[in-house]
Amino acid sequence: MERQIHIEPVTRIEGHGKITVFLDDKGDVRDAQFHVTELRGFEQFCIGRTLWEMPGLTARICGICPVSHILASAKACDAILAVQIPPTAVLLRRLMNLGQMVQSHALSFFYLSAPDFLLGWDSDPATRNVVGLVAANPELARKGIRLRAFGQEIIDRLGGKRIHPGWAVPGGVNQALTATDRAWMVERMPEAMSTIRETLALFKSTFGETKDRGVLTEYSSMYMGLVRPDGAWEHYSGVLRLVDSKGKVVVAGYDPSRYHEIIQEASEPWTYLKFPHYVPKGYPDGMYRVGPLGRVNACDHFATPLAQAELEEFRGGAKERSGRVFDYHYTRLIEILASLEEIGELLADDRITSTEIRAQAGINAREGVGVHEAPRGTLIHHYWVDANGIIEKLNLIVSTGHNNLAMNRAVREIAKMYIKKGKVSEGMLNRIEGGIRAYDPCLSCSVHAVGKMPLVVTVVNAGGDVEATLVRD
Amino acid sequence: MAKVRVATMWFSGCAGCHMSLLDIDETLIDLAGKIDLRNSPITDLKVFPEDGVDVTLIEGAVANEEHLHLVRTAREKSKILVALGDCAVTGNVPAMRNGLDPDQMIEDIYGKSVTSNGALPYEVVPHLLGRVRPLAEVVRIDYFLHGCPPPAGLIAKAVLALVEGKTPELTGSDLKFG
Ligand code: SF4
Repeated sequence: MERQIHIEPVTRIEGHGKITVFLDDKGDVRDAQFHVTELRGFEQFCIGRTLWEMPGLTARICGICPVSHILASAKACDAILAVQIPPTAVLLRRLMNLGQMVQSHALSFFYLSAPDFLLGWDSDPATRNVVGLVAANPELARKGIRLRAFGQEIIDRLGGKRIHPGWAVPGGVNQALTATDRAWMVERMPEAMSTIRETLALFKSTFGETKDRGVLTEYSSMYMGLVRPDGAWEHYSGVLRLVDSKGKVVVAGYDPSRYHEIIQEASEPWTYLKFPHYVPKGYPDGMYRVGPLGRVNACDHFATPLAQAELEEFRGGAKERSGRVFDYHYTRLIEILASLEEIGELLADDRITSTEIRAQAGINAREGVGVHEAPRGTLIHHYWVDANGIIEKLNLIVSTGHNNLAMNRAVREIAKMYIKKGKVSEGMLNRIEGGIRAYDPCLSCSVHAVGKMPLVVTVVNAGGDVEATLVRD
Repeated sequence: MAKVRVATMWFSGCAGCHMSLLDIDETLIDLAGKIDLRNSPITDLKVFPEDGVDVTLIEGAVANEEHLHLVRTAREKSKILVALGDCAVTGNVPAMRNGLDPDQMIEDIYGKSVTSNGALPYEVVPHLLGRVRPLAEVVRIDYFLHGCPPPAGLIAKAVLALVEGKTPELTGSDLKFG
C-alpha cells in the first residue's frame, strides 16, 4: 500500500486533519479526539446585517451545499415576516432542495467514495480519485458526473447559478420555473433514474452481505431527522423525530422551532466544531446521528414506491436500526433514488410553473427559526432581529455538527481496534479516515479535504507524554 | 510533451470555488488528459512535489497561521499562482470578521452562545490572525479569477490557456465580482 506512515516526533503539521488518541496505563485506548481547525465566525459578523442579506450571506458557509443554507435562512426569514409562502414557492424550494440532495450525494459517492470501492482501498493514492476513476472506468465516471450535473443543473435553471444562487428570498423565491426548463428536467429524468438504479444494484451486489458493511465499525446511537406527520421520510418541512437503536421513537412530532428544548451544544478546548446533543441524556451521552443514515433510520417509510422497496430490503424486516457507519453510503444512494422520484412528482404537478411565488411583508416578528434537511443532516438557522430587521443575534447548528459526537466515537472505536497495549497496527489511518469520510462531513467548515484526508494522529500515554505521531500526507 | 503540473489549495473559503471547478462536468474528462493534477483537496496528494508545480490555484483568504505558512510555501513551489475566486482576490465574506477581535469572537461564540457550555477552543487548532487578508497582501499573485464562485466556464478557459502556456484573455463578465 502506497500510504506512508512515519513515526516521528512531529509537534505540528499544517493543513492536516488532526486526531489525538489517549491511552490508559495499560496502553489501551481511553479516548480519541477529532480536531476541526477552521472557524470563520458567521455567528458574529452577521450581527448588524439586514435580514434580507441573510440567505445570500449564509450561503457562503458552504459551497458544497449552499442551497441548504439559503433555504434554512429563507425559512427563518419567512417566520420573521410571519407569512405563509405561496404553494408554488414551496414546490419550487422542494425541487431545488432535491436537486441539491442529488448533486451533493452524487459528489460524495462518485467523486469521493467510489474511487475507494472501485479502484480498491489499496490502489495507488496518486490515481485514487475522480481523475483516476475517469481513466479506470470512464463509463461509470461519466454517468456519475452526469448525475451530479443533473442536480446542479436543476439548481442553475431555477436560480440562475449552480453555486450560491440568489433565489430563495424571505417570503418565497424570486424567479419562476419556465416551461422550457421544466421540459428539460422531464427529459433528463429517465437517464438520472437509470444511473441511480444501476448504481444501487452494483453497490448491493458488492456489499449485499451485512457483514461486508461492518468494515467501518458499528455502534448504537439515536437517529434524528424530519419526518412527515405520518412518519414518512421528509427533507423540507415536517416535524423533528428521534428514534433509538431499537427503532423506538424517543421524540415524536417535535415542532422544529423548539429545537433548543431538546438540543444543546457543548464546546471543547481542542476543536472549533461544537457538540450538539440531546438534552435529556446530557453531554456526551446524548449522541445522535443525522444525515442519510439518520433520516432513513428515523422514518417509518418512504412516500415513493421505489425508495420504499429499497428501504424494506435495507431493513430486512428488522425493527432495530443499523448502526453501521458504512451504511451511510448505502442510505445515501437510497436517498438519491427517493429524491429523483419526488422530483418526478413535482415536475408532473402543473402548479410548478405558476408565477405566484413570493409573499411580500415587513418585519412582523422579532425571532424566527428555519429548519430543514440538508444532504448531511438537519440544518438549523435561528435569528433575532430589531424592528428594522437588523440581525441582533443568531444561532446556527450545521448538519455536520450534529454528527460531531458520532464522528469522534467512530475515531475512538477504530483506534481501539488498532491500538492494543501501546502497539499501533498498520492500516489504522485508512480506517479512521474511512470512518470520518462515511459521514461525508461538510469539512469546508472543518478539515478542508474533499479527497483523501491528510491525517496526523498523536498518541498520548497515561502520563500525558506523546508516544507517537503518525502522519499520512 | 510533459503534462502541466497543477495543484489546488483551499484556505478560508467555502469550497464553492472548488465545486465550480468540478462543475466543468464532462470537460473534466478532457482536462484530465492534459494535466497532471498534483496536491489538491480533491486528490490523495497533499504536499507539493519537491521540484514544485507549474500552476497552483488557491481558493479562500488567509485567515489563520496555517494559511500564512501555506501560501508562502505555495509561492515558493509554483511557477504561476492563481487567486481563485473573490475570497482569494479580496478577502470577501471571510474578511467580514475584520474589525472584530478574534479572542472576543471566540468568547462570544463558545462562551456565551445560546446553547453552549462555554469551553473555549485554543488547543491544537491553529490560531486566527487578527485580520483576514487576500492572498496578494501576502505573496505575489500572477492571475486573479473573479466571482463567488468564478463560473465553471471561466475556470476552464483560464486553466486551459495556462496549460497551453498562454495568457488567459479575461474580458467583460469574466471580470465581474460576486
Ligand atoms: S469566493 Fe465565494 S465560492 Fe469561492 S470560496 Fe469564497 S465564498 Fe466560496
